[in-house]
Amino acid sequence: MSVDAATVRRIARLARIAVADDEIEHLAGELNNILAFVEQLSEVDVASVEAMTSVTPMAIRMRADVVTDGGIPGAVTQNAPVREDHYFVVPKVVE
Amino acid sequence: MNVHARPSKLLKGATGDWEVVVGMEIHAQVVSQAKLFSGASAAFGAPPNAHVSLVDAAMPGMLPVINEECVRQAIRSGLGLKARINLRSVFDRKNYFYPDLPQGYQISQYKSPIVGEGEVVVQLESGEVVRVGIERLHLEQDAGKSVHDQHPSMSYVDLNRSGVALMEIVSKPDLRSSDEAKAFVAKVRSILRYLGTCDGNMEEGSLRADVNVSVRRPGEDLGTRCEIKNVNSIRFIGQAIDYEARRQIEVIEDGGTIDQETRLFDPGRGETRSMRSKEEAHDYRYFPDPDLLPLEFTQAYVDELAAQLPELPDEKKARFVSVFGLSDYDADVLVAERGIADYYEAVATGRDPKLAANWVINDLFGRLNKEGKDVASAPIGPSQLGTIIDLITEGTISGKMAKDLFEIVWAEGGDPRTVAEDHGMKQVTDVGAIERVVAEIVAANPDKAEQAKSNPKLVGWFVGQVMKASGGKANPQAVNELLKSKLGM
Repeated sequence: MSVDAATVRRIARLARIAVADDEIEHLAGELNNILAFVEQLSEVDVASVEAMTSVTPMAIRMRADVVTDGGIPGAVTQNAPVREDHYFVVPKVVE
Repeated sequence: MNVHARPSKLLKGATGDWEVVVGMEIHAQVVSQAKLFSGASAAFGAPPNAHVSLVDAAMPGMLPVINEECVRQAIRSGLGLKARINLRSVFDRKNYFYPDLPQGYQISQYKSPIVGEGEVVVQLESGEVVRVGIERLHLEQDAGKSVHDQHPSMSYVDLNRSGVALMEIVSKPDLRSSDEAKAFVAKVRSILRYLGTCDGNMEEGSLRADVNVSVRRPGEDLGTRCEIKNVNSIRFIGQAIDYEARRQIEVIEDGGTIDQETRLFDPGRGETRSMRSKEEAHDYRYFPDPDLLPLEFTQAYVDELAAQLPELPDEKKARFVSVFGLSDYDADVLVAERGIADYYEAVATGRDPKLAANWVINDLFGRLNKEGKDVASAPIGPSQLGTIIDLITEGTISGKMAKDLFEIVWAEGGDPRTVAEDHGMKQVTDVGAIERVVAEIVAANPDKAEQAKSNPKLVGWFVGQVMKASGGKANPQAVNELLKSKLGM
């Protein structure tokens, strides 16, 4: 598996990260190094090993259906760069 | 997959017949107090961001904890759709970027949904029965809401819906017309409402559908489909499919090809149009959510929920047909809404069930539709309607009087028996009394009585005169019989 310049641009776009043209080649190299490192895992035969979903064997914890939270619109929007009447306000996005 | 074309459903194109193929994704909001992974309220209609916890706002370090009731509701829904329940399912992250999705991903289920294949039986108005396969049902989070009309250059984001539990129900591409699609959505809605797992309120967006439409020549492979997003009424679903099928047929017959794309239905214009095409195709990069363990429960847990399910529309319909002797169609109409079925059953029990069905379907529904009311707010309750029917069967009032009585009780309320007495509604069944009136009328009209012997239609005129003389209270059947014998017919 190797990453080319087009893939780097696409990943950057999906992650909404601005990447300048002169950074692309460098980033492609870094990503390929990471992938090559991870690729070592494929040397291990895991055909007979069940996928591990948790370090300790435990069942998913569930919550009772009770309203225990909310009612804090001020706190929720407090860190927003722009807010109005407890709305988050963002640059216009219309599909 | 259902590969047999149903000839009656084919659409005529300029170059021959076409078959429309429809599959649906129904998004149904789960009935619960709190959200799927947080303790904030799931109720509709609150000031902006009032039903939002720090989990729903995706603040750093917040972790999702699943709401057990949402799990139960999904299992119940799966059982109602006669579907396989998966004792182990997995939550995945569906990654995309949008301001009303603060996590940057939706927690959903991708490869391992909580509910697998099932089947819904749909009866059309024509009486035809269509079996529609269910592909899956999975649990996922709703997104927030963006408001675009408050400011010229900014959008306002309210996260109250963010994290509310949805069930996405995916059908197989088994539907072959807009009528089938509409009936399918209505049936799924009916089942969920019976179960109490979704309130089915399409105006508030509790139930909405994405509709996949393609066309093909009968017998050929599936054509390229277009997905019409977020259609929020059953009528619009029908209009969207009809429009989209015609559009695709025209494109292909003109030598073009269909692009797989997402479209929007514009109810104002009754047409679908392409959403501004994305700069690149969606790439959701699904992967298992590391914050959540697989969702596991036992078969005993499922069995217990199954044992507590209410009687569902199909079973209720079968019972109405076998116990009450109703026609398939009447039974289908009566079971569509649980409130109506309960109303009908209360009226029919201990009475003539077909007479009860006629009154509920024709008179009650007619009146409810006229005033835009639902059965819960009907001014005439089942015991009142039952009493009206009793008065008919006892012979106290005629069918005609019953219609008048129904109107009076509808407007003024009260016990129909008392209302009938107060308005002097009592048909005369005393044969002696009717006989006297018949004798008077016949004696007063000797010419007509003579003519009636050769022209039996004149009996109708005599019936009218007798009814008039008795103030409409004589039992029409008794009048008819007595007249015939009096006139020597």
